[in-house]
Amino acid sequence: MATYTLISSNVLSSSAASVTFSAIPATYTDLVLRISARSDNADYNENMLITINSTSANYSTTYLRAIGSTASSGRNSSTSSLNPVYVDANTATSNTFSSTEVYIPSYIVSQSKPISGFTTVENNSATSNIISATASLWGNSAAITTLNFAPVYGTNWLSTSSFYLYGISNA
Amino acid sequence: MPHKIIVDCSTGETTEVELTAEEIVDQEAAQKAAEAERKAQEVIAAAKATAKAALLDKLGITAEEATLLLS
Repeated sequence: MATYTLISSNVLSSSAASVTFSAIPATYTDLVLRISARSDNADYNENMLITINSTSANYSTTYLRAIGSTASSGRNSSTSSLNPVYVDANTATSNTFSSTEVYIPSYIVSQSKPISGFTTVENNSATSNIISATASLWGNSAAITTLNFAPVYGTNWLSTSSFYLYGISNA
Repeated sequence: MPHKIIVDCSTGETTEVELTAEEIVDQEAAQKAAEAERKAQEVIAAAKATAKAALLDKLGITAEEATLLLS
């Protein structure tokens, strides 16, 4: 039976340009991130820029998304970071934050790493809200030891954005 | 000066560090690259949609009819 263990977390007490989990222990089988984020971008949504082990190559993402009632799908190949993972931004309904989960199976195995993401942009609007599911790949065989999260369009994650990193045993 | 949060998972220690000028430049470059990659993908998707619409028009059928043909 899979067991979730909280490795580390951070709830921002003030705005920050990025959040990094470093020295991730190689003692689990999978990693799960639960993120509730909001950036200072002057829009209702933000694109989260995720990088692994401080590398800036060999990422790709296939995505399904709905913005309001418009559904779309696509693929970003050979990108410098993982995206698009949508989260809330500064014109979304006050005090709303994204609900985001990123799952990384077999993060220490010596092969390319598949990564799945599921996110919603929470906003009290009939049209300006987003839900998306992503299937990504980091084409690198190194064990994942560092994960970094920064906004693409804004400058900072806003205060009380939260980042929780769990390790899963017996997945 | 913007700062970054680093959570050391081996110790549980969280540090708040001001970004250096070089890190700010690097982060801005990463942001611009991500934005450019996203826009490039949107251009490809738009071109594909345009080509698809043109083909449907040429065939004289709707998207729903094309889906039915392929089902």
